[in-house]
Amino acid sequence: MSPTAQRTSQRADERLDVRKTYKLYIGGKFPRSESGRSYEVTDSRGKFLANAAQGSRKDARDAVVAARGAFAGWAGATAYNRGQVLYRIAEVMEGRRAQFVAEVRASEGVTERRAEALVSAAIDRWVWYAGWSDKIAQVLGGLNPVAGPYFDISAPEPTGVVGILAPQRSSLLGLVSVIAPAIVSGNTTVVLTSELRPLPAITFSEALATSDVPGGVVNLITGRTAEVAPWIASHRDVNAIDLAGAAEAEGVVWGDLELAAADNLKRVVRPAGVGADAVEPDWTADPDLSRIQAFLETKTVWHPKGR
Amino acid sequence: MSTTVAADSAVDATARARDLLGVTRLTNTALTSWLHGLPGVDQVGAEARAAALGTRSIKTTSKQWGIDTAISMIDLTTLEGADTPGKVRGLCAKALTPDVTDLSTPRPAAVCVYGDMVEIAKDALGADSRVNVAAVATAFPSGRASMPVKLADTRFAVEAGADEIDMVIDRGAFLAGDYLTVFREIAAVKEACGDARLKVIMETGELVTYDNVRRASWLSMLAGGDFIKTSTGKVSPAATLPVTMIMLEAVRDWLDLTGEMVGVKPAGGIRTSKDALKYLVTVNEVAGEEWLDNHWFRFGASSLLNDLLLQRQRIATGAYSGADYVTDDSPSLY
Amino acid sequence: MAKFEYAPAPESRAVVDLKPSYGLFINGEFTDSEGGSAFKSISPATEEVLAEVTEASPADVDRAVAAARRAFNGPWGRMSGADRGKYLFRIARILQERAREFAVLESLDNGKPIRESRDVDVPLAAAHFFYHAGWADKLEYAGLGAGARPHGVVGQVIPWNFPLLMLAWKIAPALATGNTVVIKPAETTPLSALLFAEVLQQADLPPGVVNIVTGAGTTGQAIVDHPDIDKLAFTGSTGVGKMIARSIAGTRKKATLELGGKAANIIFDDAPIDQAVEGIVNGIFFNQGHVCCAGSRLLVQESIADEVEKRLKRRLATLRVGDPLDKNTDVGAINSKAQLSRITELTDAGEAEGAERWDNGCPLPDKGFWFRPTVFTGVSQTHRIAQEEIFGPVLSVLTFRTPHEAVAKANNTPYGLSAGIWTEKGSRILWMADQLRAGVVWANTFNKFDPTSPFGGYKESGYGREGGKHGLAAYVTTGDTK
Repeated sequence: MSPTAQRTSQRADERLDVRKTYKLYIGGKFPRSESGRSYEVTDSRGKFLANAAQGSRKDARDAVVAARGAFAGWAGATAYNRGQVLYRIAEVMEGRRAQFVAEVRASEGVTERRAEALVSAAIDRWVWYAGWSDKIAQVLGGLNPVAGPYFDISAPEPTGVVGILAPQRSSLLGLVSVIAPAIVSGNTTVVLTSELRPLPAITFSEALATSDVPGGVVNLITGRTAEVAPWIASHRDVNAIDLAGAAEAEGVVWGDLELAAADNLKRVVRPAGVGADAVEPDWTADPDLSRIQAFLETKTVWHPKGR
Repeated sequence: MSTTVAADSAVDATARARDLLGVTRLTNTALTSWLHGLPGVDQVGAEARAAALGTRSIKTTSKQWGIDTAISMIDLTTLEGADTPGKVRGLCAKALTPDVTDLSTPRPAAVCVYGDMVEIAKDALGADSRVNVAAVATAFPSGRASMPVKLADTRFAVEAGADEIDMVIDRGAFLAGDYLTVFREIAAVKEACGDARLKVIMETGELVTYDNVRRASWLSMLAGGDFIKTSTGKVSPAATLPVTMIMLEAVRDWLDLTGEMVGVKPAGGIRTSKDALKYLVTVNEVAGEEWLDNHWFRFGASSLLNDLLLQRQRIATGAYSGADYVTDDSPSLY
Repeated sequence: MAKFEYAPAPESRAVVDLKPSYGLFINGEFTDSEGGSAFKSISPATEEVLAEVTEASPADVDRAVAAARRAFNGPWGRMSGADRGKYLFRIARILQERAREFAVLESLDNGKPIRESRDVDVPLAAAHFFYHAGWADKLEYAGLGAGARPHGVVGQVIPWNFPLLMLAWKIAPALATGNTVVIKPAETTPLSALLFAEVLQQADLPPGVVNIVTGAGTTGQAIVDHPDIDKLAFTGSTGVGKMIARSIAGTRKKATLELGGKAANIIFDDAPIDQAVEGIVNGIFFNQGHVCCAGSRLLVQESIADEVEKRLKRRLATLRVGDPLDKNTDVGAINSKAQLSRITELTDAGEAEGAERWDNGCPLPDKGFWFRPTVFTGVSQTHRIAQEEIFGPVLSVLTFRTPHEAVAKANNTPYGLSAGIWTEKGSRILWMADQLRAGVVWANTFNKFDPTSPFGGYKESGYGREGGKHGLAAYVTTGDTK
């Protein structure tokens, strides 16, 4: 036994814990960044927590490929099935509750009690959105009484691949509050996690991997928002982008991302507030349908009625 | 005008049908798969197309041409239980001189009567009038009689001098899917017609769907009909523009397939010049101008003639005319 | 010489009373421009000058926006939904009363056949006002979210292909939901919008609720960039749509964009063939093919490709091209010289790329802008005529063998506005409709529109819907996304 090892070892009766390697989550797998980079993640007081993978534009590119590949299957799954899959996420998260509480507490610097509440809200959010899967079409679609002998029906469909900048502050509740409404209708996602508070997101990806969510439906990239976000915003195979996490992100001007998104007419969800004054909303507030609707297309189908 | 002679015996019709269907024996199964293999007709689309054709605006010189052409295409008809020799003679007189105020008025193509009136009509029209006599046969209008009776009915009319026979198909058999029976009846009647041209009345109002109209049209052509005709005039709806359009598509496609032309005759319910012009437009744009000739297209009508004459007078005089200025020997509901 | 020639049946022009020149309709009255210039609106069928129209300057746009803001803060904003609805009902009725006048003017200025302006554009425009009138006092039932409220001042820029109808699609929902409007008609087709201003006057609509500014791109840009506009609604090219999306990036302005398309019209071997041929014709030759949702790519199952081609060509031979005011004209004039050049350029490219070109050989008038109904066969996905929106009477024919191949080819485009399916097999229709990435899918029909039926695209065909309750959503806000 080396002297160094002797110094770091603590009391002989206390087991040395096995630390987690925090990696990306792409296509249902946990790769390191193709760039080989990592960055130091600290808690709210600056204490070292982990080295997270520092995702690159190529990781984002791979994630888009994975998301596109998963789209047809996920969008084509029955709404009942998607609802169960989302509910399963809540079940799996409940099982890892303690870990989420610890990570949210460390990341956000909140009290144990507050962290408990945030994790509960995050789990409950999945339950809420899970129940929406097979109601969206009934609430947002319907028959159109056209002036002619035609059956004419409108129904919502998922937009496609959605790029998501996850909220910077709310590391878990904010994260699930932007992912759930996108995937419940059948979209697949490429999510850039909170830059400074990525650890709950990575643990969340482990929950996804052990739930029933098909690989590629949710892809999580940790790293520098300012570095990776522009590549997602300009990616032509991304159909929509949620700029929630552009508010309060280091070195990010959300208007620039919206500008890049215009290149292929992405559907854009803006953060609240103008320019540099953009702010994160209060994620503990009850959601409404707006985030689901933001990533839906209305398809209208006509057919004649005849003998 | 070029006249393509259709198969002139039941044997020929069956042989040709086998050939066209590519079968060694003509069975109901073979006919069913052939007829049901025809492209479907979407009702809404078909009616929209017919309505669009009906919006053509036919003015001045083309209207003049259209009115004269329509007059020349009329089978001037009386088919009432109350018909008398006197009434038929009156109808023939009208055919010979449609408008006493304008002797340049064209004559209709034929007068159409029950078989027992053929001789009277022939006599009234004379040999050189170029107005044909058409007779309804085969237990018109229901068609519900035994085959020997139908054939005897046909032969009687032909022997009396009928130039054209308007037969009715067995709609019951058709609707029950017994296409072979319908085929055999048409082919046998065709044989009984000899040189008379055979118009096959499908009674489209009873067939109800356009898919049925299309199938009945093809079946009638396959069995040797020289004309396909919509209606007896005794069933509502009688002729409609969409039904006639479906039939015009059938004769057009039949020409493509076999090189033979078959005529079309909408009958019943066509009463105004405006309607007649819509039909001519449809003939022109769907089947083609080869059909714009009374050898290939007819109107089964009676009151239509006088409306065409009123319009003709309006064009000639510049003033609107009235019912008192056209003669009417045979007021009819047909 | 044909047996049955249709003599000319022109609709009378006398019903339209055009002024030699028009100002801008701002705050309820026609006013002169402040520093703007004038341009001429011509008839594309004859190149005759119809009227002189004002090109609104940024100062004019500013006046129009200010008038709209005053109306929003004033009478219109305070008005009950029921009363807003009554104004819309009035407008619908006046459009019906003056339908003939609008139809003739539209055909004169746009070049479209009177048959279409009379039977489609004008009745549908009136129907849009009628439909939305009824919503004005029932918005709480439309499922628009808690606290839905109008944006405020809406800027609208519309295209030249359906000038009055697009105006109706824009103005009716905007007013029903309580917004006020600054709208710019296309530079080549401003006249029906100016006549519509008279309708607003006859309806006694409060001043400033609708302001109509004529002009070209710079006028449009002034609307898009105006800081006091809350929401933009645009119908037009994808190129301009992207410019608008960029212009509003980083602002709080909302936008709905209804842009280009390259729709696949898919014909299976069990299609109702005669109706399918009509659907193809209606899909691409309706309105000279100046239709964003036109079925410009024909995908035919290989087994019936020859048959469809034969029937299609026979049908196209009966299309009558010529005087838009003739009631028997099927295909009118190309809207402008510029558009004609664009069509010519792309069709030349199609030939150069090796596709086989056919047109119906019909005679064309000497003056004006014309293009014969044209079909390209042997087209590949990689040809420009299969990828780029031609916006003219030009059909590209491609073939497929399986439903999967049809879907793959149909979706293989950045656009996603519309698609057509022709088959008698119900389950296939539903499967195909699910697979096609397009906002409107017409099965066994094509180019059908209705005020109750949402219209709009996927992907680069834009975002937002027009029509139905979905269309209302574009004109209200509930605040930030939650």
